[in-house]
Amino acid sequence: MNAGDILGMNGYALYVWGAYGLGFVVYVGVLVHALVRYDRLKKRQSAK
Amino acid sequence: MITRFANPARFESLAKTLLPVLAAMATVLLAFGLVDALLLSPPDYQQSDAVRIMYIHVPSAWMAMFLYACCGGAALTFIVWKHTLAELFLRAALPVGACATAICLVTGMLWGQPMWGTWWVWDARLTSVLVLMFLYVAIIALTGAFDRPEHGSIAAAWLTLIGLVNLPVIKYSVEWWNTLHQPSSLTSLNRMANPALSGEMLRPLLIMGLGLTCYLLVVVIVRMRAEIIARRLNASRVQA
Repeated sequence: MNAGDILGMNGYALYVWGAYGLGFVVYVGVLVHALVRYDRLKKRQSAK
Repeated sequence: MITRFANPARFESLAKTLLPVLAAMATVLLAFGLVDALLLSPPDYQQSDAVRIMYIHVPSAWMAMFLYACCGGAALTFIVWKHTLAELFLRAALPVGACATAICLVTGMLWGQPMWGTWWVWDARLTSVLVLMFLYVAIIALTGAFDRPEHGSIAAAWLTLIGLVNLPVIKYSVEWWNTLHQPSSLTSLNRMANPALSGEMLRPLLIMGLGLTCYLLVVVIVRMRAEIIARRLNASRVQA
């Protein structure tokens, strides 16, 4: 597969990359949210 | 056994051991799974490259149901034994399960439009997964609907238990009713022995499934640890 085939996905690029892009944003988002909240609370706990 | 892990300090030490292992497994499996799903696996002879959506859609569906089943177990444990960690797990896992359900629904729609010619049909499988999404949202809303958090947890645990009835409906919807959604390709013993998928397509599906399981368990454990600290801070504020 060359780069054009990978990006083009035989005409299904919008659907395939849309699905993976959305999955990436949501799944990374929940992890980042969890880590930021944990870090914030941990700092507040240490400050007490 | 159940009371052994009721102590948050014991959970903390277990989490410290589990987190790096699960995080490493998730990183390796998802990295290889994504390369396999997007580049190495062949296009389907009918669906072409749209079949690659399956490698994120199906693992998300598995995780949506798996996390709900775990929440069901946690809800029962919390109601019967008042297990603190079960309550924390319930609160930590519900939003993660809701995200997996949302991804399952949206990626299903992104596959359905080019393959079926429609974003949505009211068939039994799609509708029962939408009900699962509504259940997740309703239970999350219920956890925060009371002045006292423990009342919210009890109400959420009962609704989680009631909602468990939806899991077999989702699983067997494609057998009980005539649906546009295709039957399961893997999950019966007969299918496991003779899967409807070729090995080249089964491999990225299983790797992505295992990788997503490790990844979302990491998220749930981090959320549980944050919840433990939040409880401690709240307790010290009430005492002061």
